Amino acid sequence: MAATTKSAAPPRAILLQGNEAVAEGAIAAGARFFAGYPITPSTEIAEVLSRRLPEVGGTFIQMEDEIASIAAVCGASLAGTKALTATSGPGFSLMQEMIGFATMAQIPCVVVDVMRGGPSTGLPTEPAQGDVMQARWGTHGEHSVIALVPSSVEECYTLTVEAFNLSEQYRTPVIVLSDALIGHMREAVILPEPGTLRIAERGTPDCEPEDYDTVTSTLDNILPRPPLGSPFKVHVTGLVYNRRSGSPDTSDPAAAADLGRYLREKIYHHRDAIVRVEEVEMHGAEVAIFAYGSVARSAMAVVRKLRAEGVPIGLVRPITLWPFPTLSVERMAEQVRTVIVPEMNIRQMSWEVQAAVRGRAKVVDYGRVDGKLITPDEILELVKPEFYYHSWEDA
Amino acid sequence: MSALVDEQKLEASPTGDYKLPRIKPHTTSEIKQHLRATKTLWCPGCSNGTITRALIDAILGLELDPDKVVVVAGIGCSGRISAYLDYSTVHTAHGRALAVATGVKAADPSLHVIVAMGDGDSSAIGGNHFIHAARRNIDLTALVFNNSIYGMTGGQMSPTTHLGDKSTTSVYGNVEPAFDLCELAHAAGATYVARGTSWGYQQLVNVLAGGIAHRGFSMVEAMSICPIYYGRFNLTSDPAEFLKSQKEHAVQVDKFAEGETRSHDHYPVGLLHHREREEFVTALRGLRERAKEADNG
Repeated sequence: MAATTKSAAPPRAILLQGNEAVAEGAIAAGARFFAGYPITPSTEIAEVLSRRLPEVGGTFIQMEDEIASIAAVCGASLAGTKALTATSGPGFSLMQEMIGFATMAQIPCVVVDVMRGGPSTGLPTEPAQGDVMQARWGTHGEHSVIALVPSSVEECYTLTVEAFNLSEQYRTPVIVLSDALIGHMREAVILPEPGTLRIAERGTPDCEPEDYDTVTSTLDNILPRPPLGSPFKVHVTGLVYNRRSGSPDTSDPAAAADLGRYLREKIYHHRDAIVRVEEVEMHGAEVAIFAYGSVARSAMAVVRKLRAEGVPIGLVRPITLWPFPTLSVERMAEQVRTVIVPEMNIRQMSWEVQAAVRGRAKVVDYGRVDGKLITPDEILELVKPEFYYHSWEDA
Repeated sequence: MSALVDEQKLEASPTGDYKLPRIKPHTTSEIKQHLRATKTLWCPGCSNGTITRALIDAILGLELDPDKVVVVAGIGCSGRISAYLDYSTVHTAHGRALAVATGVKAADPSLHVIVAMGDGDSSAIGGNHFIHAARRNIDLTALVFNNSIYGMTGGQMSPTTHLGDKSTTSVYGNVEPAFDLCELAHAAGATYVARGTSWGYQQLVNVLAGGIAHRGFSMVEAMSICPIYYGRFNLTSDPAEFLKSQKEHAVQVDKFAEGETRSHDHYPVGLLHHREREEFVTALRGLRERAKEADNG
């Protein structure tokens, strides 16, 4: 497989599957540990990494279940190795407990969820976007989360790299929400040259081990976690802990409040740096489509077609789904009269869009949960009533 | 008996001529140097402190570099050991300690990884991870604090609560038979299986040291006493009486006859099973070599 560029030859397009691109992106990001459990439609990520990771000195382990997979990923990350797992809905549900642990204990790691129809075993081979709220709120308790949503094979690669960077930078699990379409689709992609990618490394705290419990992360200076088995002798816990000493402290409400707010704010404080949104043809747009992941591809086709006909319509495509791109949506709400939200679930993100729009524009939601893609024609039918003055017979 | 089909090498059990380390006990001040805290939340009369001391004694006796010791713990009374020991420590989620430890050891094989769990932690919610860690023969030392009860949540029955025992969820007597954790570990493929008691302190230290020194998956079951939640309903709430009962129930393995029936008041202690077969992270290293050759070739 030719996914890695080994020579200085000019970059050439290669045919790559979304799941393969995730695997190669992980290796490019410096991940050297994968633990997982086979599940459609994510299995190729495990298959590719079972072959590729040992080649680059890394470790692949097929664990006994998804709970063990994310647990082993947490362990490997704590030992100093960038680590990931990949799964789909049922496995993602099983992982929620340890995603919460990783959030609480501030363990950098990447979880790729290649979404399929659910709930339960659902539609194992068909795409869906039904896990977007599970990504946000799947684990119990108050927490923040970062979730990225690729719309193409190339983004499967680049966003996996970005997911590792964000997880290292903010010491938190980052979720990549792919789906059965994106994961199984093959596209010609030109991968970034090695060395041109930004790769965040973990580093070690700039202090003596004995001084470690006297330094505390701030929102603008999140200290790296020393690896297990170092003179820092860290204690890692899922209990509420004192942020300075790291010791469990469940009897001091002030310590609990400090940690709880910090875990939330360390993401939200950096929202501007984390959130990425692609806006297409939004200049002068009177109607916007808000679409993400595979649905954004259909939305893009509609926008391109209608703009060519002079219809003022644009696309707002969140690349970062969580934290929610509130500012972009607010700006959009000030500009357009209607926001159309097609998604392969029933109103999961459209509620979030409505909350940010706050009545300033009409929100039209459209959902499918039958495992079938939302086509450009379906989106076009949603658009037509919003431009009643346009002569659609000519379209 | 073994549950494995493809064992590289199946040695006769029990223990052949394998010699356990004999550890000289250390002073309390030496022990304390490996503790972050000396106040614990364990109840008066609990033997978890004794087992904690035995673990430190074993680590000191083996002269391990404390910077390279990692203790991964589950949730429950035993899991709290992670906050008290002055090593790199991870207090994971309930049942998940072995799976987390698998990641730690695979990512950094230079570490001595000890996994502290309770009986419910290791064999109920974590039972799947327990048998698979044993099957892989990954070089971890599982230390199971077995008090035959869920203590932290207030005395509910666990998979090691004996038939007929009373607990807060078996007030009419437990109708489920108990697991023998040592035989479970052995059948699943563990290559070092030992049992000690909080009564037999020196033996517990020695079998722990043997387990840590062993290259492969080792399991040490430390029979602990819970006077508050187990003893009070079943045996005695007097810690001293409870501890003495261990002396009567535990039989040295070499005095335990082949095929002799095991029960809650008659069980073998010492090194029960020992054998050699390829260790997991070593096998992964070999796999990497093969992958690189394939890549080059």
